[in-house]
Amino acid sequence: MPGTTAEKQLADDGEALPERGRTRRERATDLAANGEPAQWLLGGALAVGLAMIVGLLGLIIWNGIVTFWPKPIEVVTLTTGAVIAGEPIRSEAYKVPADTLAALPVETRATIERNAGFANRTLYKVGNFDIYNDDFRWISDFEATARTQPAGQVYLERMEWGVAIGRITKIIADGRDVTGDRAAIAVAHDAARRRWDTIRHIERRRIGDINHEIERERLGLRKLALHSGGSSPAYEMAERQSTTHIAELGARYATLAAEAADLKKRNENSTLTFTEIGGVEKAHKLSEIVRFYAANEIGLVAKLRIYLSRWAEFLTEEPREANTEGGVLPAIFGTFTMTLLLVVIVAPFGVITALYLREYARQGPLVSAVRISVNNLAGVPAIVYGVFGLGFFAYILGGTIDQIFFPERLPNPTFGTGGLLWAALTLALLTVPVVIVATEEALASVPRSTREGALACGASKWQMIQRIVLPRAMPGIMTGLILAMARGAGEVAPLMLVGVVKLAPELPIDHHFPYIHLERSFMHLGFHIYDVGFQSRNSEAGKPMVFVTTLLLIALIFVMNITAIMVRNRLKRRFQGATF
Amino acid sequence: MTATTLSPDKTAYHVQAGPDGESFTVADFNLWYGAKQALFDIDMKLQRGLVTSIIGPSGCGKSTLLRCMNRMNDLVEGLRVSGSMALDGSDIYAPGIDVIALRKRMGMVFQKPNPFPMSIAENVIFPLRVDGVRDKTILEETTERALRGAALWDEVKDRLKESALGLSGGQQQRLCIARAVAGDPEVLLMDEPCSALDPIATSRIEELIDELKGRYTIIIVTHNMQQAGRVSDNTAFMYLGRLIEYGDTQTIFTGPKLRRTQDYVTGRFG
Repeated sequence: MPGTTAEKQLADDGEALPERGRTRRERATDLAANGEPAQWLLGGALAVGLAMIVGLLGLIIWNGIVTFWPKPIEVVTLTTGAVIAGEPIRSEAYKVPADTLAALPVETRATIERNAGFANRTLYKVGNFDIYNDDFRWISDFEATARTQPAGQVYLERMEWGVAIGRITKIIADGRDVTGDRAAIAVAHDAARRRWDTIRHIERRRIGDINHEIERERLGLRKLALHSGGSSPAYEMAERQSTTHIAELGARYATLAAEAADLKKRNENSTLTFTEIGGVEKAHKLSEIVRFYAANEIGLVAKLRIYLSRWAEFLTEEPREANTEGGVLPAIFGTFTMTLLLVVIVAPFGVITALYLREYARQGPLVSAVRISVNNLAGVPAIVYGVFGLGFFAYILGGTIDQIFFPERLPNPTFGTGGLLWAALTLALLTVPVVIVATEEALASVPRSTREGALACGASKWQMIQRIVLPRAMPGIMTGLILAMARGAGEVAPLMLVGVVKLAPELPIDHHFPYIHLERSFMHLGFHIYDVGFQSRNSEAGKPMVFVTTLLLIALIFVMNITAIMVRNRLKRRFQGATF
Repeated sequence: MTATTLSPDKTAYHVQAGPDGESFTVADFNLWYGAKQALFDIDMKLQRGLVTSIIGPSGCGKSTLLRCMNRMNDLVEGLRVSGSMALDGSDIYAPGIDVIALRKRMGMVFQKPNPFPMSIAENVIFPLRVDGVRDKTILEETTERALRGAALWDEVKDRLKESALGLSGGQQQRLCIARAVAGDPEVLLMDEPCSALDPIATSRIEELIDELKGRYTIIIVTHNMQQAGRVSDNTAFMYLGRLIEYGDTQTIFTGPKLRRTQDYVTGRFG
């Protein structure tokens, strides 16, 4: 402990001590009265807490940041004579199973046995799932005879079947062989990708619009039939009109489909052929390859460009390959929209409740009971809220809404199933205790003298609350909202029941009236993490995505919190300089 | 005149200064906090347009009495009153009375300055804001008039839009006085307005009270006997919830009837 040495030295010198013979009774100091152990204890607790937080954040940030960096491709020659090529992912020591050990040559076995039965192995991402039926392969050190990083090995990211690794043998652009001509390849690849984008735009957006209109015609007819009967003259007239309209739409559909088919045909003419390390040859349309690079030849700048383009894809594109590749834009959008909606719902609800409890209700056993119940709500497992949300909001409330407002769509549910609105409401219910407690604290902290000042000026109770108490309590209320937001944005379990899906076909906001579709199911970063990490065909393939998505979710919550904190601090600044 | 009785059942009254008639009439007024009685049989008439100070040791009920006058005590749970308290002849505790309208006829200044967390100008015009006044000229005129009335205008006229919380303690208290007079009240209630201020700020507030005299009926609760002597026309001495002696300030300080009053004003107890 600091100081002890110095004191001891002083004691050894003998000067500061009372002389012998004149000994005084030393007053014992109680351990509890001694501040230093308590300080060490508290500081230690803080250090442990900080270490855990920093460790977790560091792990996520590091793994998230390195995921998209292009790695070299290693070619490994095995003792059996086979050759494999892949990105080394990680190495570890493992206990070699007895039967494997038995089959090894004597000197290898002796080496392993000297190591207490352990050997090193490395995980390679070999890709070519369509050829090998696996994306990854463990290679033990004793299996490998040589490892090289030869030029010519190319890393291909495909739209389907994931990654491929091999040597490019032939590239054909619009029927012309351009193998080896870098500039021509780049131009052809760009053109093919642009055509692919156009096809998607036609299929998703423009044909989607036509389908939307056809569906509207159908629903309009159905509504009319429910309303005035299927054989009324009004219905028959509408049916004739609708048939002509649908025919028009059909013609427009045919034009668009032909346009798309034409583009697809042109894409057939641009292909890329590669040979994987084992000699199997495979051809792909150039339009179906997202990007490819010669991993062992490219320089730092090219690597950086690939790194950034992968981030851009991740942030702005839709997912592909069962969510393990591509982007997470719909999930970012869904998380953001839902959290915003959650705050919009929970803020008035929580604040009004707290206002009543603190300002209007007569303080007594009933209010205390309500308060205790509210506090205990925070301890109910989140999944219970999910069940409640599904049963009450989606089935009862939503079902009723469907019967009253959307009878023509039945039996397909509109609001009668999980959706954005119900998810936000469920999470609002989950987080409302936080807002109530924080708001009550904030209201209680407004000094009595300020309230009396307002009342003495002839303000009514509501005027006092609205003009003096609420503005003064606003920073505290904002703190509650920030906590609620952080909790709501990170919650997954209840969402699985009330509206989050693995892959949402449409965003909750689009160009169709009424533009904001609160009844739609949506994607969510938290659920995305669960889905990719634990529900995909190959958890190893999803692992990098899990880290990146987690990083993104934390960043999103961080940004939303920072925004809220800035708003709060602006409010707080108005109350600075208060001397009393 | 010699002070004889130590603990009277009846209040000793003197002739009060002021010919203008009564503003407040308190008769037989009792008050209980739950089971505990805090005021006993208060009978007094407060003169219009003059300064009346209420003095007495801590816990004697002087603040309680003052806070009854604009029914600020309504906020206290378990409060009960009996007897009558009338402003200009009408009972303010009568059932059905509009408490908010009543409070608008009075301004109140508290022990600690309690400016609102808003700009200086907004603080002053708060009473008008709650009345829904939107006319800019009226608001600006009121701001200037009230701040001049509180002798604060020259100090703050260039920073009316700044937060009131940036003012010094004395300035804040004068701002609170400006706020209290902005609504053009009949009565000013002051609950130890200088207890949180330094001597210089205190003397400014006292000068201000002198200037305000005549325009408003001022009732001031104070701990400070010199202050009561300096600013008030009439003085009431309270002890343990009873009104002990009441009369013009000169008499209370120089020739009280009761020994307890004399002991208190001369500083022998309290």
